[in-house]
Amino acid sequence: MHMPLEDTLGLNLLAANQHQAAHNREHFDAWNLLCLNVMSSPGAGKTSLLERSLPHLAQDFAMAVLEGDMTTQLDAQRLEAVGIPVVPITTGRACHLDAAMVSGGLRLLRDRLDPAGLDLLWVENVGNLVCPAEFEVGEHRKVALLSVTEGDDKPLKYPVMFREADCVLITKIDLLPYLTVQVERIEEHILQVNPRCRVLQVSASSGEGLEAWHQWLREQVASQRSNLAAPASDQHGPPAALLSAVH
Amino acid sequence: MHEVDMTRALLLAMEGWRQSHTPQVPRVGTVHLQVGAFTCVEPDQLVFTWQAAIRNSWLEGAELAIEPVALLGRCLRCSATYAPEPERGYRSPCCEHPMEEIVQGRELRISSVDYHLPQPGTASASLGPVGQSPPATTPPFPTSALRP
Repeated sequence: MHMPLEDTLGLNLLAANQHQAAHNREHFDAWNLLCLNVMSSPGAGKTSLLERSLPHLAQDFAMAVLEGDMTTQLDAQRLEAVGIPVVPITTGRACHLDAAMVSGGLRLLRDRLDPAGLDLLWVENVGNLVCPAEFEVGEHRKVALLSVTEGDDKPLKYPVMFREADCVLITKIDLLPYLTVQVERIEEHILQVNPRCRVLQVSASSGEGLEAWHQWLREQVASQRSNLAAPASDQHGPPAALLSAVH
Repeated sequence: MHEVDMTRALLLAMEGWRQSHTPQVPRVGTVHLQVGAFTCVEPDQLVFTWQAAIRNSWLEGAELAIEPVALLGRCLRCSATYAPEPERGYRSPCCEHPMEEIVQGRELRISSVDYHLPQPGTASASLGPVGQSPPATTPPFPTSALRP
């Protein structure tokens, strides 16, 4: 008879995805760019926000978009129309982007341009308030959108997404006069789940609040650059080592 | 749909663990998984997809034992530990402080695996990757009754 054995693993279920995400992030750091993962439920206004923000931000930053969509390339076409390079990633069955899909998107992106020339890389995730919260793709910041028409209870019903976000944009605020929802309650519910995130109210339609959002982005780009420029506090190691690992 | 991807991640992790035992293929009895309440995983659905995913694989017959881990926050104002009730919100009941620190509840962790290794001298089947059928000869354990 053989004895039953037991291995104590303590292994994170998502270890493989996290490993690939860390690899993606090494690339982003070597390219000295800031990667943002933009997430929300379907229809909260991710693409509309980018359509509005990207032309404005293009005055200051070189950008590209990895555009996740389950079946179509409609969002990618909308963003290509504003003159920003877009790589569509059709996920098929999967309801979120994972680090391997983003890695595949990066390979396609590199066929078109040198990512080292970029300041900002946007990853527009598949519309879903659940899964994208658990699958990191190597991003430096997570941005979650919540439209006012979704109701004030969503941060309590889908708390992981809002807990993970660095910035939460309450979108479509131009509709507030027509709704009974109180935007203060939405904000309160976000902050009780995640008191450290930045909450901003915006409307891609009227343009209200967009300047504060763009300012937050500029601060994140600056903060990321100063992090990478300070090797003493850089846990990823010196840039030269990263470059050799990437190429 | 989400649990299918989580199951795939679990199978990947188990495959990595199996390779540490090459050339012997462990016969897994139970995989112990901690699932925190503050994750996007529904334990019952995970067990369901696990049972479907391991059919005809080297893990066939292995049980997935899920240990639920409750969400606990710590109030940074008074240091009390509390269990948020989503119906009431996530503020601490003592000081009404937002949920700044999570003590536990984010776990998605394979804590341990119970298994046997084939006895020395016993032919050890060389199995394909997860999801493929093992060779017809020398199955690591009797599974024919489970196969259609």
